[in-house]
Amino acid sequence: MARIEDRLKGYVFTVQEFARLCAIAIAGIFRKPTYVQETFYYMDQIGVGSLFILILTGLFTGMVLTLQGAIQLQPYGAVPYVSRLISTSVVRELGPVLAALMIAGRVGSGIASELASMQVTEQIDALRAEGTDPIKKLVTTRLLATLLMVPVLTVITNGIAIFGGYVIARFYLSIDSFFYWTWAFEALRPMDLVYGLIKPVVFGFIICMVGCYAGLNTEGGTVGVGRSKTQAMVTSSILILMSDFFMTKLFIFLG
Amino acid sequence: MIDFRHVSLRFDEGLVLTDMSFTVVPGETLVILGPSGCGKTTILRLLLGLIHPESGSIVIDGRDIVGLREREMGQVRRTMALVFQGAALFDSLTVRENVGYRLWEEGLQTDEFIDQRVDESLRFVGLHDVSEHMPAELSGGMKKRVAIARALASTPRVILYDEPTAGLDPINTHIINELICRLHTKEAVTQVVVTHDIDTAYRVANHLIMLHRGEKIFDGTVEELKASDDLHVRAFLSPGGVLSTPRCFPTKDGGYQVIDD
Ligand SMILES: Nc1ncnc2c1ncn2[C@@H]1O[C@H](COP(=O)(O)OP(=O)(O)OP(=O)(O)O)[C@@H](O)[C@H]1O
Ligand SMILES: [Mg+2]
Repeated sequence: MARIEDRLKGYVFTVQEFARLCAIAIAGIFRKPTYVQETFYYMDQIGVGSLFILILTGLFTGMVLTLQGAIQLQPYGAVPYVSRLISTSVVRELGPVLAALMIAGRVGSGIASELASMQVTEQIDALRAEGTDPIKKLVTTRLLATLLMVPVLTVITNGIAIFGGYVIARFYLSIDSFFYWTWAFEALRPMDLVYGLIKPVVFGFIICMVGCYAGLNTEGGTVGVGRSKTQAMVTSSILILMSDFFMTKLFIFLG
Repeated sequence: MIDFRHVSLRFDEGLVLTDMSFTVVPGETLVILGPSGCGKTTILRLLLGLIHPESGSIVIDGRDIVGLREREMGQVRRTMALVFQGAALFDSLTVRENVGYRLWEEGLQTDEFIDQRVDESLRFVGLHDVSEHMPAELSGGMKKRVAIARALASTPRVILYDEPTAGLDPINTHIINELICRLHTKEAVTQVVVTHDIDTAYRVANHLIMLHRGEKIFDGTVEELKASDDLHVRAFLSPGGVLSTPRCFPTKDGGYQVIDD
């Protein structure tokens, strides 16, 4: 019993500390000094660095979705309308979630292990000793960069996925190009685009903050670095999927 | 003026510092001696507010830093510099950027001034020709010397050294010792030097304290230390005399025990 209680206390403490880190990091956005150069550097790292894997992710997701969708629509003779299925499911769900999961794997775990190694080699303490606020310098800059880049990357992934669907629709299912694109856009409501952009902002926040929290709270030398990295990836992936469910629920409610 | 008053600190495993008190007068060089694991590094981390004590107060220039918030603490820290035991250089920056870090960050000086200051500091430790290297390309002793240069570059009023000469060859040890002496005589910098190298201690100290198991067992000058007849002090200064007993082994916190089967 005491063990369970300790564990619960541990969870509550973690949530509290996590919230505190988030609050300080966000407050850092509005305080001097602004590390503009660092922020651009991380934007480049996150954005350009993830582009290639996201193009592949989008392309193959779109293609496989078209293949599967066509099989389901076949009995109703609705195969030509497959693009409706592609564009809505990609923009509403698959694009943001898959992009976020890939970015969590590449960027989130990178952030965690980088900060973790800085922690175990006392570089974070060295920053503090130099009078620098490590949260502002290391967390806020990365947070800004992820908040800006994840939506951009998601839009690119969405575009590529719909294009991937087009390739299969055009050359394998022989659907007319004009027909495909017309219905792809017809099916989307303006709100879908708005919601489709809110999600990646939330996911970006999760990816960065979970990675930073795991990294900064590393204990136990190099073993701890590996642990933090894994922990960051697993936690942010789960949080992404969970928050996606609740956001979808909310957006359906809002219409 | 640094005043450590009745400071106690505990980690999971037990008390690391027990009711520790000492004073560092401005301009003096205090040497903290003591066996491995007795809490020397912990004292330096407390002085910079990197960790907080469980009880007691730490007063720096009339201001109690215990319980200060990080932002206020940042201002206090900028008047001090710490040479970390493991150097703790920033991996992603070159040697030059490491040394000039604080000056660039503060942004109060011109680039030429900072460049000059960085060169000067690196020259002190004999490393001006590796200024474009990354820390990963340096040897352990070189990293240590870069860390010393980093501490010097911003001309702080207080410098804390954590084992500045551990892992250095005799020539560099001598240079560092002379540097500490010169900062004392010429620039009246307040310095706290943690070491277990007795020669360094004798060379640079105005004031010595010695720790044992988180407690202060000696406070005084070099002459007084040499004359002390405390058992632990004697064991530290001439281990041969005490540890020559057969089956005598050191313990984790710097003591020794005799094991008979
Ligand atoms: N973060 C920590 N968590 C738990 N225990 C710690 C921590 N840091 C230090 N200790 C313990 O505190 C004691 C003092 O450590 P400290 O690093 O101050 O020793 P030291 O005097 O600097 O030793 P050395 O000369 O070997 O560097 C040690 O027994 C160590 O096990
Ligand atoms: Mg130490």
